[in-house]
Amino acid sequence: MASLDRAARSLLLSELVSGMALTLKYFFKPKVTINYPYEKGPLSPRFKGEHALRRYPNGEERCIACKLCEAVCPALAITIEAEPREDGSRRTTRYDIDMTKCIYCGMCEEACPVDAIVEGPNFEFSVETREELMYDKARLLANGDRWEPELAKRLELDAPYR
Amino acid sequence: MDGFLASPIGILAITVAQTLALLVPVLIAVAYLTLAERKVLAAMQLRRGPNVVGPFGLLQPFADALKMLMKETIVPSGANRFLFILAPILLFMLAMIAWAVIPVQDGWAIADINVGILYLFAVSSLGVYGVIIAGWASNSKYAFLGALRSAAQMVSYEVSIGFVIVTVLLCVGSLNLTDVVRAQERVWFFIPLFPMFIIFFISALAETNRAPFDLPEGESELVAGFFVEYSSMSFALFFLGEYANMILMSALTTILFLGGWHPPMHVEPFIWVPGFVWFALKIALLLFVFIWVRATFPRYRYDQLMRLGWKVFLPFSLVWLVLTAAVLKLAGWLPA
Repeated sequence: MASLDRAARSLLLSELVSGMALTLKYFFKPKVTINYPYEKGPLSPRFKGEHALRRYPNGEERCIACKLCEAVCPALAITIEAEPREDGSRRTTRYDIDMTKCIYCGMCEEACPVDAIVEGPNFEFSVETREELMYDKARLLANGDRWEPELAKRLELDAPYR
Repeated sequence: MDGFLASPIGILAITVAQTLALLVPVLIAVAYLTLAERKVLAAMQLRRGPNVVGPFGLLQPFADALKMLMKETIVPSGANRFLFILAPILLFMLAMIAWAVIPVQDGWAIADINVGILYLFAVSSLGVYGVIIAGWASNSKYAFLGALRSAAQMVSYEVSIGFVIVTVLLCVGSLNLTDVVRAQERVWFFIPLFPMFIIFFISALAETNRAPFDLPEGESELVAGFFVEYSSMSFALFFLGEYANMILMSALTTILFLGGWHPPMHVEPFIWVPGFVWFALKIALLLFVFIWVRATFPRYRYDQLMRLGWKVFLPFSLVWLVLTAAVLKLAGWLPA
């Protein structure tokens, strides 16, 4: 009887039919992928994306050229040169990040005593040439100006866990 | 006007016009079949598929074609140049000329010849040449192995396809494809010959090198099979040929088993729709099943494929052929 049952099953292709039924069921299910460029997934406030140099609300740049980020950077992606400014405050004259070296570990952000260098929510900064990924101070400050509302929000959300 | 149409030039002009009227829709169908495949596969895997080029990704096939055209054609240095170029042309041409005998509607075949089905069979067998030549001329082991597999597979499954076709022909009593469809006016052949319909469909999958019988191009083992070395337009011709063959086999299945241009029932709402629309709808349904099968089943192992072809389908179709013949004879249903 069991062999008859098996023969009938294989002759009637029952396994194949049930497999096809399963894929057809999935055909009508809602899709799980998001429509990416037009629709984006949620990001954690700790998401480590493109870097930015922040400013104080009065427009003064936060970075005090302590070079802790440069020291802590495991990939040696950060290069800083500093000089006292005319008013005597210590500021960077050069703040470069080689984005091709950066491993997005977030150590610079952790090391910074004044929350100047942060990694923002932006991960869509692909470019066509390698040179464009050598970020200089102007570029990083521009990033900071562009993303400041979100950066502040993210720091605030993450603060209780620090 | 009548005088011009009867002159040799007029006849030629009519033939060219008919050919274009058939082949242009076929090629557009091929283009959209590639899109449909990606969309259906995506949907079955809960993805979205191409949706950026044009509304719902409808212009994707043309974007792909443009990309193909702009790529460089690479001929490997060890390849036989003449045969290397000839193979895709041959394959594509064979996929196209087979359409000459397909009756899209009653009397709408370009060449309504009495041996239509033999012609189709011959043309689809010749397709193996394109594959073998491509595999051999590439001078690459992957291409060669792919070509060997493909040739063996196509030849094996053609045998059982042959028996299935003979069974249908016994019920029709004619080799003319138009007559085959006319014989299904009352009942489509897939009802009385259901097992043969299944065998024919599965063999058609194997014949067109489709999943789960896509061993010749087994990406994971042979890179891409017999057309590994091809690029640009020569690759596109293989691709078009493969998909045109899928549509062709679907058309043949429709003609043999699903009643060609006949509506499901000869009653009011159905007979308003012209025959060629029914024909196209049935082809589309079969093509959907082709893709559906691809989304469902993993690839066969090569020995399993050969076992299925020679030890299951061949004896089964042979027995069913004899059985059908006996029933037709004893019941006196043999067509005159």
